[in-house]
Amino acid sequence: MIKGILFWVIFLSLCFSTLSILITIYRCLKGPTASDRVQALDVLGINIIAAVAVFSVFLRTTAFFEVILLIGILSFIGTIAFARFIERGIVIERQHSD
Amino acid sequence: MSLNGSTLIELGIGIMILMGTIFGSLSAIGFIRLPDVYNRAHALAKSSTLGVLFVLLGTFLFFLFVEDYFSIKLFLGIFFVFLTSPVSSHVICRSAYRARVPLAEASVRDDLKEVLEKT
Repeated sequence: MIKGILFWVIFLSLCFSTLSILITIYRCLKGPTASDRVQALDVLGINIIAAVAVFSVFLRTTAFFEVILLIGILSFIGTIAFARFIERGIVIERQHSD
Repeated sequence: MSLNGSTLIELGIGIMILMGTIFGSLSAIGFIRLPDVYNRAHALAKSSTLGVLFVLLGTFLFFLFVEDYFSIKLFLGIFFVFLTSPVSSHVICRSAYRARVPLAEASVRDDLKEVLEKT
């Protein structure tokens, strides 16, 4: 754990991160079209990356850095797959040989 | 509590992380207040990416200066988020336009419509 005034600065930034995650979840529940919901999930992944980084400073440990990379990659691939599904109706196209 | 050099470095890095999360929550407020998908993507793709880059850079500098630990995983994470976040926002907007999600009523021009009808 960290001590002193840095504790309160990091605690305040965790509160702001929680606020942005809650607002994003509200848009994901309410959003009028499917594109809004996909975009909300993408931004939710990015906010979770920021929250994990702040939390690893809060606990002063380096054990969570793989989680940051992994959530980044999974969020990107999921967003690309959902966008292809909205645009064309399928995710992986079948190759037609002649 | 005495403010020596290392405490000042920690405090500066903490303020950098706090600024990043404030940017993130401002972009989230834009995400619930703007009228259509494209405006919301405009709010998110810039300021949310900037906020998470501030947070990750602050974490990287914290572990570099305070713990003397150079983390190449965190460096790769910064590079990857910087590269993929605009790309995913572009792909979402393109698929929303192809799926005929309507623009906001206040918008006055749609240049892409003529190009798509011509082809």
